[in-house]
Amino acid sequence: MTEHDLANSQLGSLSYDPALESASIARLRASYGLFIDGSFTDASAHERFVTLNPANETTLATVAQASSADVDRAVAAARRAYDTVWSKTTGAQRAKYLFRIARLIQERARELAVVETLDNGKPIRESRDVDIPLAAAHFFYYAGWADKLDHAGFGADPQPLGVAGQIIPWNFPLLMAAWKLAPALAAGNTCVLKPAETTPLSALVLAEILQQAELPAGVVNIVTGDGSTGAALVDHPDVDKIAFTGSTEVGRLIQQRVASSAKRLTLELGGKGANIVFEDAPIDEMIEGIIDGIFFNQGHVCCAGSRLLVQESVADEVLRRLVRRVEQLRVGDPLDKNTDVGAINSAAQLERIKELTAFGESEGATRYTSSCVLPESGYWFAPTVFADVSQSHRIAREEIFGPVLSVLTFRTPEEAVAKANNTKYGLACGVWSEKGSRTLWVAERLRAGVIWANTYNRFDPTSPFGGVRESGFGREGGRHGLEAYLNV
Amino acid sequence: MSEDRVDVRKTYKLLINGAFPRSESGRSYEVATAEGAFWANVAQGSRKDVRDAVVAARAAQAKWWSATAYNRGQVIYRLAEMAESRRTELGEHVAVAEGIDGGEAEAAVSRSIDRIVWYAGWTDKITQVLGGANPVAGPFFNFSLPTPSGVVGVLAPQDSSLEGFVDSVLGPICAGNTVVVVASERRPTPAILLGEMSATSDFPPGLLNIITGYTAELSPTLASHEDVDGIDLEGAGEDANDLASAAAGSIKRVLRPRTNEDPSSLRRLRAFVETSTVWHTIGQ
Repeated sequence: MTEHDLANSQLGSLSYDPALESASIARLRASYGLFIDGSFTDASAHERFVTLNPANETTLATVAQASSADVDRAVAAARRAYDTVWSKTTGAQRAKYLFRIARLIQERARELAVVETLDNGKPIRESRDVDIPLAAAHFFYYAGWADKLDHAGFGADPQPLGVAGQIIPWNFPLLMAAWKLAPALAAGNTCVLKPAETTPLSALVLAEILQQAELPAGVVNIVTGDGSTGAALVDHPDVDKIAFTGSTEVGRLIQQRVASSAKRLTLELGGKGANIVFEDAPIDEMIEGIIDGIFFNQGHVCCAGSRLLVQESVADEVLRRLVRRVEQLRVGDPLDKNTDVGAINSAAQLERIKELTAFGESEGATRYTSSCVLPESGYWFAPTVFADVSQSHRIAREEIFGPVLSVLTFRTPEEAVAKANNTKYGLACGVWSEKGSRTLWVAERLRAGVIWANTYNRFDPTSPFGGVRESGFGREGGRHGLEAYLNV
Repeated sequence: MSEDRVDVRKTYKLLINGAFPRSESGRSYEVATAEGAFWANVAQGSRKDVRDAVVAARAAQAKWWSATAYNRGQVIYRLAEMAESRRTELGEHVAVAEGIDGGEAEAAVSRSIDRIVWYAGWTDKITQVLGGANPVAGPFFNFSLPTPSGVVGVLAPQDSSLEGFVDSVLGPICAGNTVVVVASERRPTPAILLGEMSATSDFPPGLLNIITGYTAELSPTLASHEDVDGIDLEGAGEDANDLASAAAGSIKRVLRPRTNEDPSSLRRLRAFVETSTVWHTIGQ
């Protein structure tokens, strides 16, 4: 059987019967308010916005649009809770609240996974196996730090900063909320969290969980809204710390806006990760790793391996196998447990992906796009690989944040390192080789905050995550993640 | 006829890439003693000098970081040895620059040299103190290492001409960065002397670049330079907010001035350090 026959045979397309998770498990309410001072409340101007299911463009719920007055209320609640309650708790008490939250997330994991998949469009397999378990693990991990801060390497009795304003993106909604809240609370801060406009729901379910955990009122406040809500939080004079995850463009604006204040800042921004493949790499694992590196979460991953650097001697074989594997990816209903690639999160993001991939073709790269059938409603983009990409192409320089891989080649390790570092970003890279000494040699020279060797897109609460250069500063995860929320 | 010796005076120059040029602009400015008397004509560095220094610092950074931590410690220790043998001269300059008496100046020089020794001992400790292994839930060996941000711009403290200068440049150098520093505008000569000593201390060219001149003229170039990874605004004065905003253009790490710093704090060591985390599979 030729490669072509294989890709187009029944064996190649491996059709499965649908195995749908039930949307009703999400128990969504028709409308959600802001979570301020321990209870749900309407926005002061009574403005609301709709959050859609990106897989079919139906309305999931309406959500309150927080104005600057609402942000002010939330910050005041957080300040009051800091002064009167949270700064007076012991580390052991804070730990127990966080352990409770971790357990409650585990208890409601199936519901949260469905909520996340409905609101975000990511495959249920990923929200079930990655997002939700890791969110619970994050709370569990930082719970243990709350009464051990003296041993975290920042001197005796390190103090919290106060009120933390936290702005998170839409690609891993609950997980990013956990990354922000868990270390902040463990360190003794109170929080005002601003979820992304297109994915507010799992954070609001988390608010219910915080109520069930009986976390004192005002310790965590959640304000939903658009960019104006985030801007009000960034500019609020009584916020001591801003933590932002999102695009480099917005991160730059935030850094400028807090420059004239005493606010502390950590930024987790964009990336253009290089996945470097040497000729001796184990090919089956490597192909799966490349696929996972770029198509996991539809490529809506700041650390996605969006640039594949392949050693010339194996480039043809790697490309052939990649294209065949891309053809086998199951694209479709995110609630189907067999789905590999779900929906693009929003119309705006789909537009951006289409725009940048059009540049890929016009600048001369060779395009391979999966022949999968895309659903008629919703936002969809077929998995795509560009070969013959050069470093000056826009698809090799700009973050696409979608299921699009750019393939470049190299001859020597020095050239691989030079090409990998030829970007303003520096979030993550992958190295594939069976030769440990070479892997470590390359890892030493890569300007990136995270390096995956013979794996990709792994996350763990004990492992610091974050970027260098224009991918931001500060770390989330591990002992290092505490530094972002301590006055050290 | 009495033969009073006419002393040989020094021209105070910049330090860029291991050489001591006058400013490419040809300008100089008068530096006075604390009492206001003429003390020296000092090179008035230009924005072009800053850019040249950044190029030198970038070129030197990978080599400095690829030296062993033991070696980097010895290079910094060598600077302490050089400074120790020129204590008297340093003391005179600190006394004149800061308007303090000889005893106080001598004590400041002692503290400065001791601080250099302290940093010399840190180069091969920070990896263990700031890094470590992470027990991830899976078959991976996962470790985090502190790595340098790269090229760091420093606006040295305006008041503390030697002690403050030492702390602000050696923190980032010790962590593997290369530095472009704008010395104290009114009190630059102790920093210039230390720069001369660095050139005979095995400091590779480009590791420490010292620009003298007007801080307000030079600092925007340093803060907005795309190839500078971080900036210490200690000596920025009232321009600090504007410079912090300019630094956001390329997402620089910014160290803001802080009062009452605990000398044992590792803040200056941490300020321009990145955490690099490597995951490696474990398998048969």
